[in-house]
Amino acid sequence: MITLQDIGKTYAPGTKQEVKALKDISLKIEKGEIFGVIGLSGAGKSTLIRMINFLEIPTTGTVEVDGVILNSLAPRELRNMRRKIGMIFQSFNLLSSATVADNIAFPLRLEKKLSESEIKERVQYLLGLVGLEEKANMYPAQLSGGQKQRVGIARALAGDPKVLLCDEATSALDPKTTSSILELLLDLRQKLNLTIVIITHQMEVIKECCDRVAVIDGGVITEMGRTIDVFTNPQKELTRRLVSAVIHQELPELLAHTEIVKEYHEGAKAVIELLFLGPKADAPVIVDVAKECQVSISLLSGNIDHIQKEPFGHMIVEVAGSKEEIKKAIVEFERRVHKVEVLGYDERKQLSEF
Amino acid sequence: MSESSFLNFDFFNNFSRMSGLLWDGTLETLYMVFFASAVSIIFGVPLGVILLVTSKGYFWESPNFYRILGTIVNALRSVPFIILMVAIIPFTKFLVGSSIGTTAAIVPLTVGTIPFLGRLVETSLRTVPTGLIEAATSMGASPWQIVRRVLIPEAMPELIQNFTITVILLIGYSAMAGTIGGGGLGDLAIRYGYMRFRADMMISTVIILIVMVQVVQFIGDLLSRHFDHR
Repeated sequence: MITLQDIGKTYAPGTKQEVKALKDISLKIEKGEIFGVIGLSGAGKSTLIRMINFLEIPTTGTVEVDGVILNSLAPRELRNMRRKIGMIFQSFNLLSSATVADNIAFPLRLEKKLSESEIKERVQYLLGLVGLEEKANMYPAQLSGGQKQRVGIARALAGDPKVLLCDEATSALDPKTTSSILELLLDLRQKLNLTIVIITHQMEVIKECCDRVAVIDGGVITEMGRTIDVFTNPQKELTRRLVSAVIHQELPELLAHTEIVKEYHEGAKAVIELLFLGPKADAPVIVDVAKECQVSISLLSGNIDHIQKEPFGHMIVEVAGSKEEIKKAIVEFERRVHKVEVLGYDERKQLSEF
Repeated sequence: MSESSFLNFDFFNNFSRMSGLLWDGTLETLYMVFFASAVSIIFGVPLGVILLVTSKGYFWESPNFYRILGTIVNALRSVPFIILMVAIIPFTKFLVGSSIGTTAAIVPLTVGTIPFLGRLVETSLRTVPTGLIEAATSMGASPWQIVRRVLIPEAMPELIQNFTITVILLIGYSAMAGTIGGGGLGDLAIRYGYMRFRADMMISTVIILIVMVQVVQFIGDLLSRHFDHR
């Protein structure tokens, strides 16, 4: 649906203020996909998303949307093309002087294709789509942030676009409202067969709704893949940092003052990190392994999270037993969970022994 | 004491003649201010729009054009109105066939306020967040549609405030135009109030001008609030 080929963007080229905002970006976004781009501020993600509707014109490379190469379009053709690409913004960008209904009708009136009564009908349908039927005659100033973004979404969808671009669309909203907006986007993707591109600095947004994610840093894509893969197996330092912001993977406080060594010695317990994924995430793994191997297992930390509705669990356990028993337990764990990592061995006492 | 009795004498004996003069003067002032305002808005708004859209960061950015136009606007604004009025007499004659009279006065009034209003319009439009322009562009709006459907409606409260300032300025300027045969309340104040020591005439014109300004400001505030939904 969207293909970016060798995109580069340089501001003020040849001067002292020259800034290379994007370097050699190539990516392909499939029809019906929700694609996330995450990065810290200044990484170039705003520039990147603006390439897709040519609000920013690339210095090098080509942009193709729905089979049309935007680079080759005349101004009027580009304006027509932009109507097929909806966009929503962090600051909503609604007209303060127009009512909710008039804001949503805005792109339709620009196009001058529908009659006023047809526009009215379409606006009514769009209001229903985003759940704001009651607010048609209010002004944006009378709405909450979440409602404003819903108006933004209705406006972006007015011209029946195939692509929806979301520029930090939830960054100005509280977590609960953010979730409701993301739910709405997932719902709309289904109903309207939309392709959605989301840029954000909030990992939660990626976690909740993106099929694939690209991590952008210093104007280049450093990591790209299925969200679940990037979350469970981050490659780069920045990605790890971003992931750890939403999924706690640090060692629990309990172990902070205990020495963990690499090698087993008599009487030590193994500290093991377990990752659960998908349908297996709620299986009674710990009890099963404890029974099977005759070891005692204590749980040090654990949580189950969801990535795009798929359960994703993370646990740190301590296994006490002989060297052989522990070895066997590790094999049993490996059979049952997504990933097992032995962090080391320690001689921590039980809490009750203190 | 003697001065106050002189004042009273005039008030009662010349009341009907005086009120006739004041009525005519008021109408002449309203006529000048109305048409000068209308013409100033007709030219000043496009001037302001052009200044804005050619400035840095807007869709027809053109630093050289903006600098030249900006310099012309500033130059016109720095000429004191009373001098401008005399200096453009040939232009006025060319346009209306005469340099004397109420209609002729509209020409310098307009020339004096267009650059002033142009700058005010530019600053009004600048208050519209650029995100709105970006959003409209993303929806396929043409530059003209952005001006007409985004910039002007969104800046309407500020525009009306600035139109009000301009109309009030024109009320003041129109009194000056009176001194070169433009008629109106300023003319009365100078000819009767100043040259013939008619303090009653002077006070009456000043009161009428104060009332006029108050009414204009009141209407301006009312309209501005009407358009403000922020």
